[in-house]
Amino acid sequence: MDSDSLYYSLDLVPGCGNILSAEQRAALQTSLAILKKNYKFQRVLFWGKIMGLTEDYLIAQGRGEDEMKDRKYLYSFNCMDWFLLPTITDSMIEQVAKAAKGCFTGDPSFVYEPKTHSYTAADNAADEDAETKVTEEKRLAVTVHHIDEEVSVVPRGAFIKTPHGLVQTNCSFGGLSDSEARKLHNFMHFSQPRKSQKKSILKMGEWSPAIDFLDVLTDDTPKGSWSLQFQCASKVCVLHSLLWLGLTFYHVPMTPQHGYIYIGDGLKSLDLPFML
Amino acid sequence: MDEHPDDAVDVIEEMSRNVKQDVFKGLRSTLRNVSQSSAAELLAEQQRLLFTPKDDSAQTTEMMGTVLPNLNEVAFYLEQAGVGLGREETQRVFLALKHLVESESLTHCRLWGKILGRESNYIIAEAETEYRDEEEELKQSAEEAPEEEKEAEAKEKFPVPRSTYKPPPLVPKEAIGTGANKYVYYVCSEPGLPWVKLPSVSPAQISAARQIKKFFTGRLNHQLLTYPPFPGNEANYLRAQIARISAGTQVSPHGFYQILEEEGDESDEPSQVSYEVNPEFEGTPVDEMAKSLSTWVHHVPHILRQGRCTWVNLAAKQQKDPNEDEEADEEDEEEHDEPEPEVGPPLLTPLSEDTGQKLFNIFRFQFCFELRLI
Repeated sequence: MDSDSLYYSLDLVPGCGNILSAEQRAALQTSLAILKKNYKFQRVLFWGKIMGLTEDYLIAQGRGEDEMKDRKYLYSFNCMDWFLLPTITDSMIEQVAKAAKGCFTGDPSFVYEPKTHSYTAADNAADEDAETKVTEEKRLAVTVHHIDEEVSVVPRGAFIKTPHGLVQTNCSFGGLSDSEARKLHNFMHFSQPRKSQKKSILKMGEWSPAIDFLDVLTDDTPKGSWSLQFQCASKVCVLHSLLWLGLTFYHVPMTPQHGYIYIGDGLKSLDLPFML
Repeated sequence: MDEHPDDAVDVIEEMSRNVKQDVFKGLRSTLRNVSQSSAAELLAEQQRLLFTPKDDSAQTTEMMGTVLPNLNEVAFYLEQAGVGLGREETQRVFLALKHLVESESLTHCRLWGKILGRESNYIIAEAETEYRDEEEELKQSAEEAPEEEKEAEAKEKFPVPRSTYKPPPLVPKEAIGTGANKYVYYVCSEPGLPWVKLPSVSPAQISAARQIKKFFTGRLNHQLLTYPPFPGNEANYLRAQIARISAGTQVSPHGFYQILEEEGDESDEPSQVSYEVNPEFEGTPVDEMAKSLSTWVHHVPHILRQGRCTWVNLAAKQQKDPNEDEEADEEDEEEHDEPEPEVGPPLLTPLSEDTGQKLFNIFRFQFCFELRLI
């Protein structure tokens, strides 16, 4: 959620049970402003918190001109000192998928050892190359990337795609209406669209290419992996993801206020189809 | 203008009359607009009752001190740890708990927590009451009996070879006020809506709950489709999970509670171990408490594999068919003659003795107010 609106938006998502203490909030407001100046971001968002066994990682996201492509992630333990997370590559994703298991420990230099069945000593030596070591920092970067790819949510109309291909915030977004906010198809993923847009012309008739360039939540499998509720005396529309437990998206209907935050242990709920 | 009719004024008059007729809306129509109140407005109406103070304010304030803990204080401490519901929500929950205590005349009540569901959430209150409803227990067992009668009738009409399979005997429920049923739980989905009492939990439900993993929908009468089949609906599953969570995670500082042993009435029943607040508790400094796990103890009895807190010897209760029992005994002497009593860790064991601790830390310490210490 936006650092500018942090002090009131955090009050809108406490229903999930995880909140930030007053001390952390105060520290965040100061440090995020400094961060924005130092890294020259257009906007700084507080992304959330990943809980480890000994320490919690607080994660911030900085956005440049193109909201979707220019994104950088930083992590911190005490809300004041921020460290940049490495940029993601496909090989990094593969390494992390093989090695990382269990909860996050809380130590960014912790090395995960993959369980490989190697038959010769030469293979063992090759595995210990510095580049292929999977540290917790890499795992953190990959996890944050996955969460953003799979479950980041924005309401329809909040972002527009300019004819140059840049994705920017829509200044004239007035918010979804009450009835629109109750329907899941008005919410979209904020990531590169993966599903090819082969829909019938009937459905596409109401679409506008500047607004509807993202994947809609109703296309997610399995169906039912989102829980849509109204909280705070039915004033705020809240979406909980059941795939990544801990991701909460909030939107106040008829206002442009929206945002999402992840507070959880950074583990994907792979048992989801059995739990529905 | 092209036609130049003679009676142009009449034509214009006609046209203007038609336009005015279209625009005119009748002031009074027999149908009135029915204002449909939105869900937010309906909820607001119900929550308004929370804020109306009741009479006898002096008596209630005295009572509230002992019955209900000060939720605002508790919420402040939990907020330092990063757990909470937000100030307004906590306030609403506190008022709803007050109403619950007054309507159900409870002796002790506290907020147990909140469980998120897919359609709506559950806010759960843990309570102790003096009136133990034995009538409710009889009603529950009576509901199960008519089902058996129907099955018996069906068998008489179509004689089917009787199977010799005997399902293992049901482990009996613990009495209300003991073991896993020590407290009574009330549930509501939003503060302001009426509280619903959850049924007491049975050992079969606890063992089934240990084997399944399901999301809650938010409707108490929802039927769960699981394998192995869960004996009950969502209300029973919720109650079983509450019992398991309480047994596994409720901890207190070492020495805060002390054991009060009561002698059992019959020699068969094991003595009921209970605890009470230790008046001589002085407290240990924060540093010591944060470093080792042995300064914290469990104060809720551990639930055994059987699904109860006190073990019940089922073999001793099979007295109806002595012949069959003897045969079974001859075959499996070890299992049926002397089933090993299940023993769990005794009450008030420190956390450092939790099994599974070596794999990962189940409990975690965190200093709050770190910046202040510097």
